[in-house]
Amino acid sequence: MIIKTNKAIPASEITDPLVFQQRRNIIKALLAGTLLPAAIGSVSANTVPQLRWPALTKSKHSTDIGLITPPELVKNYTNYYEFSFNKQDSTELAQSLHTDNWTIEISGEVEKPGHYQLEDILGRQTLQEYVYRFRCVEAWSMVIPWIGFPLVDLIKRLKPLSKAKFVKFTSIYDPENMPKQRINAMLDWPYVEALRIDEAVHPLTILAVGMYGDALPKQNGAALRLVVPWKYGFKSIKAIVKIELLNRAPMTTWHAFAPNEYGFYANVNPSVPHPRWSQFSERRLGSRFFTPRRQTELYNGYGEQVASLYSDMDLRHFY
Amino acid sequence: MWFRINNAWIVISIGCLLPLFGLLLDIVTNNLGSNPIQAIHIRLGDWSLRFLCLTLAVTPIQTMTKWRGMAEYRQMLGLYAFFYATLHVFGYLFVDHAGAWRVIGIDIIESSYIWFGVIAYVIVLMLAITSPKSAKKRLGKNWKKLHRLIYYAAGAAVIHYFWQLKGNLFQPLFYLTIISFLLGFRVLVRLKNRQLAKLMLPKGRPISLEDNE
Repeated sequence: MIIKTNKAIPASEITDPLVFQQRRNIIKALLAGTLLPAAIGSVSANTVPQLRWPALTKSKHSTDIGLITPPELVKNYTNYYEFSFNKQDSTELAQSLHTDNWTIEISGEVEKPGHYQLEDILGRQTLQEYVYRFRCVEAWSMVIPWIGFPLVDLIKRLKPLSKAKFVKFTSIYDPENMPKQRINAMLDWPYVEALRIDEAVHPLTILAVGMYGDALPKQNGAALRLVVPWKYGFKSIKAIVKIELLNRAPMTTWHAFAPNEYGFYANVNPSVPHPRWSQFSERRLGSRFFTPRRQTELYNGYGEQVASLYSDMDLRHFY
Repeated sequence: MWFRINNAWIVISIGCLLPLFGLLLDIVTNNLGSNPIQAIHIRLGDWSLRFLCLTLAVTPIQTMTKWRGMAEYRQMLGLYAFFYATLHVFGYLFVDHAGAWRVIGIDIIESSYIWFGVIAYVIVLMLAITSPKSAKKRLGKNWKKLHRLIYYAAGAAVIHYFWQLKGNLFQPLFYLTIISFLLGFRVLVRLKNRQLAKLMLPKGRPISLEDNE
């Protein structure tokens, strides 16, 4: 049975991710028994790695703050096809990626094209924590506390020209470290995604560099990824190395792979099923056995903020 | 009594339960990853399909090895395929959807990959119900016809598998290859038998020949 409550869980009641991650160690230590105080001492001594951003302000756009998914689930369940088609395997495989001194190429319809160091970009941004729902097209979902900044802040600095109507993002192409790129498996590499300019400058759209108070794990899209919370997860491209402002809509990776299954918009919508499966409900990771799936919301529940972008569109046609 | 009980029978039937024990152990030790419910679906579905393949493999292996001992285990293997398929279905209805029938209804109607799973399960269910000797006796000749549907069940199960994937088809293709081999073997045997039968036809006089397998 589920007991529904409208009361938001206060942030103070959220289990600290460090404590949560160490819970098995703590239990083991408790079971070890005889050296109890010493054992607990050593566990807590191990859990003091410095978080990179321990206490950022939460963005006012944050949602579901009391329902944050345990971090170890998020870190071990990633669709990162450059590394593996298996969601667990990419955790380890992604560690070979070099994410230091990350550079982003900016080009297209902007006054200030060029190569920018990520650290330089970050130096001019105010980072905040954005707790967003994340809904995969495969009908599972999470709630993730991202750390990042609004994409619009970057776009403004680049001074887009009036011709700029779309923003194209390209992931890293690194076949040496990315096994599936090396064997040219399945998709056209590198991975490409894009947004309409009004979607890109929407305040909910962010570029993320961290999550759970720390730097973004490699498997979750380090060094820089997009997060568009009202769209299916595949739009939120990882490991971005290139941002282009364009006059025309570019072809995007999943849309090119199966145009009738993965649209350019990919807005979360329970009433437009994928051709082979329903999008009506979703499995929230971390929920228990024998609890029903969550019913998926239009625009992943962010309709109040984003529905106006699509007010004159037939969502069945523009899926 | 459905089965002749002996030591081998006991060993094999317990062996067939090992995948279930393994799964229970993984559930208890929280070893199923970030999405344990999906992991359970995949594990049970996989084992059901594996037992279907094993069931189908009995006759070809017997024919090739001339070893007659296996046939008595075919029924058991088939029933284990049914057993794992049933757990798979129950997992979907109750562990995943917690019996929320409206959502289940919408999910099934809108998910074409589930339709193939339903087809496969209905067939396997029918075969399990008509599995006892008494049912076999009552159905007579029709029993064999009915139980040939197992190939359709296997085919539907493979479609059910790959139809839900985004594009990486290695595993379903693996099963598809095995099932095609097994089916191909049966077809070859049948063709060969038919040809032998033709050679034996007495010349000159028309004669009708029972379908001979």
